[in-house]
Amino acid sequence: MDFQDTAELAAFRSDVKIWLAANATPRTDKLHMGMEGDTAFQEAQDWYKKKAVDGFACLTWPKEYGGAGLTSLHEVVWTQEVEHYKTRDAHFVIGIGNCGPAIMHFASEAAKRELLPRMASAEDVWCQLFSEPSAGSDVAGLRTRAELDGSNWILNGQKIWTSGAQYSDYGVVLTRTDPSVSKYRGLTLFMIDMRQSGVEVRPIKQMDGGGHFNEVFFRDAIVPDDYRLGEVGGGWTGALTVLMSERLAISGVQPTGFPQFLDLVKSLELNGQPIVSDPIVRDRLATWYSQYAGLQAVNKRMLTAVAKGGIAGAEASLGKLVGAVMNQEIANFACQIFGPAGIIQDSQLSPERAHFQEQVLFSPGVRLAGGTDEVMRNILAEQVLGLPQEPRADKGIPFQDIPTAPA
Amino acid sequence: MNLEFSEEQLFIRNQARNFLSQESSADAVRSVIDTDTSFDQALWQKIVDLGWTAMSIPETYGGLGLGYLELCVIAEELGRSLAPVPFSSSVYLATEAIKSWGTQAQKQHYLPKLAAGKLIGTLAINEGLGVPSVAMRIVEGKVSGSKIPVPDGDIADFTVMTIRDGNDNIGLYLVDLANTAITRAVLSSMDPSRSQARVTFDAAPAQALGDAGENELTELLDRAAVLLAFEQIGGCQAALDMGIAYTKQRYAFGRAIASFQAIKHKFADMYVALELAKANAYYGACALSSDAPDLPLAAAVARVSATDAYYFITKENIQAHGGMGFTWEFDCHLYYRRAQLLSGLIGTQSVWKENITQRLI
Repeated sequence: MDFQDTAELAAFRSDVKIWLAANATPRTDKLHMGMEGDTAFQEAQDWYKKKAVDGFACLTWPKEYGGAGLTSLHEVVWTQEVEHYKTRDAHFVIGIGNCGPAIMHFASEAAKRELLPRMASAEDVWCQLFSEPSAGSDVAGLRTRAELDGSNWILNGQKIWTSGAQYSDYGVVLTRTDPSVSKYRGLTLFMIDMRQSGVEVRPIKQMDGGGHFNEVFFRDAIVPDDYRLGEVGGGWTGALTVLMSERLAISGVQPTGFPQFLDLVKSLELNGQPIVSDPIVRDRLATWYSQYAGLQAVNKRMLTAVAKGGIAGAEASLGKLVGAVMNQEIANFACQIFGPAGIIQDSQLSPERAHFQEQVLFSPGVRLAGGTDEVMRNILAEQVLGLPQEPRADKGIPFQDIPTAPA
Repeated sequence: MNLEFSEEQLFIRNQARNFLSQESSADAVRSVIDTDTSFDQALWQKIVDLGWTAMSIPETYGGLGLGYLELCVIAEELGRSLAPVPFSSSVYLATEAIKSWGTQAQKQHYLPKLAAGKLIGTLAINEGLGVPSVAMRIVEGKVSGSKIPVPDGDIADFTVMTIRDGNDNIGLYLVDLANTAITRAVLSSMDPSRSQARVTFDAAPAQALGDAGENELTELLDRAAVLLAFEQIGGCQAALDMGIAYTKQRYAFGRAIASFQAIKHKFADMYVALELAKANAYYGACALSSDAPDLPLAAAVARVSATDAYYFITKENIQAHGGMGFTWEFDCHLYYRRAQLLSGLIGTQSVWKENITQRLI
């Protein structure tokens, strides 16, 4: 055991530090960089383009697809260093983190060479179209139909919770191609051109007032068969690749709220007393720090395994579960210690406080997106601990015969 | 960065696991609980024969000269098997204190005997039933008063203990317990697989352990916190495994109860608690073995996290077993009891949480 970088990673870290110092603005606080709005999107696109020009885009992708041909450990070094700078990711994480790996795995060589370099250099924006109004945690219960018409597929149906659809040029979409077989077997995965008349994007107003997510409607949208990812009826395998990549992409950057909380309690005074003299605050600080430190150490153990040639496992589900809950609890606790003024949400008055009020209202969504807390627990229990699945009422039944409402 | 044990260390862990699964079975643990014995003497002798008491002692003093990481993997297995032996008292605390701060003469006297298992040592730092405090004073090389509770205080040959000097400074002292000026009484405790005693001193001779004072005591407890965290995560894993095995074979409503989400989600939460505690313990081990400047914080985090996880996992393991979990016959309570014991051994959660907070702000 040791805390040192290998010589190769140390050299890379030094290159990254030099490049960041010359190309990015250092952070002065730990407040979240928002993802919403056209300005945020434009800043993110500029940043990704800049990275691509100097070879820091998609570090783990092969060079022929626009990447840097490095390892996931290089990626981690990058993440650790870039944390000290003000940079925006906006919706590029979804394309690069979720869609990219599936395309690399399942697309034709021609499609890969056409689309991946443009994704890597942030010319094209991608979204992921899985969830539907009647297919949330049971995502394989989706009903968007794709029907073959010559060499094209015609899509009809509705997706929901699509982050960044309003900015997207392309999407990866999971559809039902055969309702007469059981639900997992009748799915097919495609890439779709979002800039066509058969695709309509409508923003969803969230409970916190934001508009991060969208509904997407397909009315005779056209997808060439060349844009199919994997076999007809083999869409579930592809979808699992995307979902696993999503959880990995989220796990490293899952906000816990702890660094912001630590900054807050170090500086906050109430009634002329430092808030940190309060025994309850001291207790919470220690409890949350032990979880926060645990998540970081879990990540370090996962990286040790990856460095030794292993693969990242269910740690991603663990990180999401713990981080999302902690983020909500910390935000709520912070607003409680603000006293009666805790209800005031005004970033002009106090950006540090507004962060926690925003998180009180946004954090419920984090516990749902990318797999709910309950789905994460099922994954850990079934895939890691080997506990048996619950009996399923839809097992082995043709999709079209599965009940969807009380009889 | 590398946060995994080496092949050699993992080999030692497997050897220890195999050995303890034979020699420290639940029956062996119960034979200590159900009788008046304070520890499993036969197991202790075998542990000495395997060289575990000599591991961290330098070769010049008759030890094996290995590091803390080897001790961590042993600790994990002792915790997993609930071994009823005075290992933590004698090795993590007494041996460690003498090795680190003893005079040349003290090291030469104690360390070879500790390595060879001819002496058992402990650490006595608590007085009375309130907050840990030190009232006992050294007067002309002698000490009077009581320490309570002293882990393994009834069987230890000597103790390292806290005593105040004429200037009110707390120092660490060595006291031979086989002295007529000392009386010892076994105490009943929540975990009778490990003994606790009241040790009363009536003008008993004490010698200063080098120049060790309060700072050294803090350092000693930080190191012990990491080692005990490994005992705790070993116990966590055993209790979790036990619950999984039981709920997979226990049927109700026509199916294994492990297939109900009410049970599955409970186990997912237990797994999460264990993984966080384990990762913190590994980080602490790395800090301990490299003498990193953030050892005090890393040790406190490992301690708090492991203590929380052990309580949570052992209580939920009882719950998952239903009524059978509440019986004396099932082993659930053995882990639950051990979780209680380990949570108090070198200071409870409030002490270690305060250590974290003080280092963060």
